[in-house]
Amino acid sequence: MRTENQKAWFFVLPVLALVAFNALVPMMTVVNYSVQETFGNNQFFWEGLGWFEQILRSDRFQAALGRQFLFTFLILLIEVPLGIIVALSMPRKGFWVPVCLVLMALPMLIPWNVVGSMWNIFTLPKIGLLGYFLNDVLGINYDMTQQPISAWITVIVMDVWHWTSLVVLLCYAGLVSIPDAYYQAAKIDGASPWSVFRYIQLPKMKTVLTIAVLLRFMDSFNIYTEPFVLTGGGPGNSTTLLSIDLVKIALGQFDLGPAAAMSLIYFAITLLVSWVFYTLMTKDDAQ
Amino acid sequence: MKKRSLIPILYIAFLMLPIYWLVAMSFKTTNEILSGFSLFPQTFTLENYITIFTDPTWYWGYINSIIYVTINTVLSVCVALPAAYAFSRYRFLGDKQLFFWLLTNRMAPAAVFALPFFQLYSSIHLFDTYLAVALAHTLFNVPLAVWILEGFMRGIPKELDETAYVDGYSFPRFFVTIFLPNIKAGVGVAAFFCFMFSWVEMLLAKTLTAVEAKPIAAVMTRTASSAGYELGLLAAAGTLTIIPGAIVIWFVRNYIARGFAMGRV
Repeated sequence: MRTENQKAWFFVLPVLALVAFNALVPMMTVVNYSVQETFGNNQFFWEGLGWFEQILRSDRFQAALGRQFLFTFLILLIEVPLGIIVALSMPRKGFWVPVCLVLMALPMLIPWNVVGSMWNIFTLPKIGLLGYFLNDVLGINYDMTQQPISAWITVIVMDVWHWTSLVVLLCYAGLVSIPDAYYQAAKIDGASPWSVFRYIQLPKMKTVLTIAVLLRFMDSFNIYTEPFVLTGGGPGNSTTLLSIDLVKIALGQFDLGPAAAMSLIYFAITLLVSWVFYTLMTKDDAQ
Repeated sequence: MKKRSLIPILYIAFLMLPIYWLVAMSFKTTNEILSGFSLFPQTFTLENYITIFTDPTWYWGYINSIIYVTINTVLSVCVALPAAYAFSRYRFLGDKQLFFWLLTNRMAPAAVFALPFFQLYSSIHLFDTYLAVALAHTLFNVPLAVWILEGFMRGIPKELDETAYVDGYSFPRFFVTIFLPNIKAGVGVAAFFCFMFSWVEMLLAKTLTAVEAKPIAAVMTRTASSAGYELGLLAAAGTLTIIPGAIVIWFVRNYIARGFAMGRV
């Protein structure tokens, strides 16, 4: 279908130049730091792979990585099914469709630090709506700044609030592309709602669902601003996800070598998992 | 049928609750906020908004943000258009690898790039300019724009191009007068996504600016830490950051569903 044409490279050139400038130069800076030791004054000493070994062995990194995987796993576990359920129960046409879509997309358009502040205000024990409701109306002892469990639940609910709509909108886009004839045929055959979902709706959503999972994985694995503003990684280190820990090391302690090595390991993990998703996705496209 | 519409209603209610609380807080006086819980503002005040609209550091925060977001959106879409055309129409050496490499930039944690970006843009004397933030945001917006536009362009049959060439159109004229109007929706959606991700990203924007191009986020953090506990002011500032996004999304509401599928359904 597409024709072979090497001149197409000229069309890609502007993008290539722009992204290469933004990606390669900083990436090389990071690689550079990751193999060197510095004591300030712009003096650098060769360190080899020492930082990588140190980071990979350190309990701190392993704990942060563990928390990060747990967080991303829970996010996918909640947001993907919830997104599918909401998308399935949305009306297909009519006045309410654009209204629903706009309202649902709204959380995604709020700057990430505002999302953090907003949930902070929302969950304050005495004066926040949720904090007041849980503590004073339901009598549940809830304090995000003291209890790790409360902090975790709040961070997860915040992300569900923030990003489930992405899954909803993607699935909805898949659903509206199904012709009515499919449903009519299913009705004639007397198909149950479950078989309609399993054999008509799910296959149609497969491509968009893979995009959704891929985007949700990448973004939740790289999350920084929202949990940082909300909990600051606390109480203790309980919500210190990988990015938060990285920024602590890089800008807080100014340990450039370990921070750079950690960045590269972090990036490699994201890349590896995303690549698996991507190959699965393009395999589906080819079929 | 009734029972089914309950789920979206509950879901939207869940989405609106924290937003309602933010807006309600912004109309309360600091005294009322700190004195205890109240579902509606008891003494309705516009004080917080007046402060924001009369203090240049506040309103310039918004203007700065809007300026770099606009530069970024225009830049991203303009360079992505020819690239997306190439990916959708031609096979060339390394096209698949290049496409994946572009997407990998969407996967890099912004936290990884914060410090190197600061050094890079300082060294080329662009630190604290609109251009620095706009250029830095192209890192994740250009790949996304290419991805979305490519999806839409693939849906346009190749016969359209061929007919135009037979009719004697040159490539630039064909692209601007025939091809672009056909993928109008795609351009709108790509621009929307660029706007959205540039508007919500704050870590790089904060790192790359100091005074001149300071985004609204930086003004907010400074207020949150220095002026004590001015929750009402913070809530008002937060409420105002929602408005540009809400306006932009209203314009593309009919394309949202398709746009989120990146044209790939």
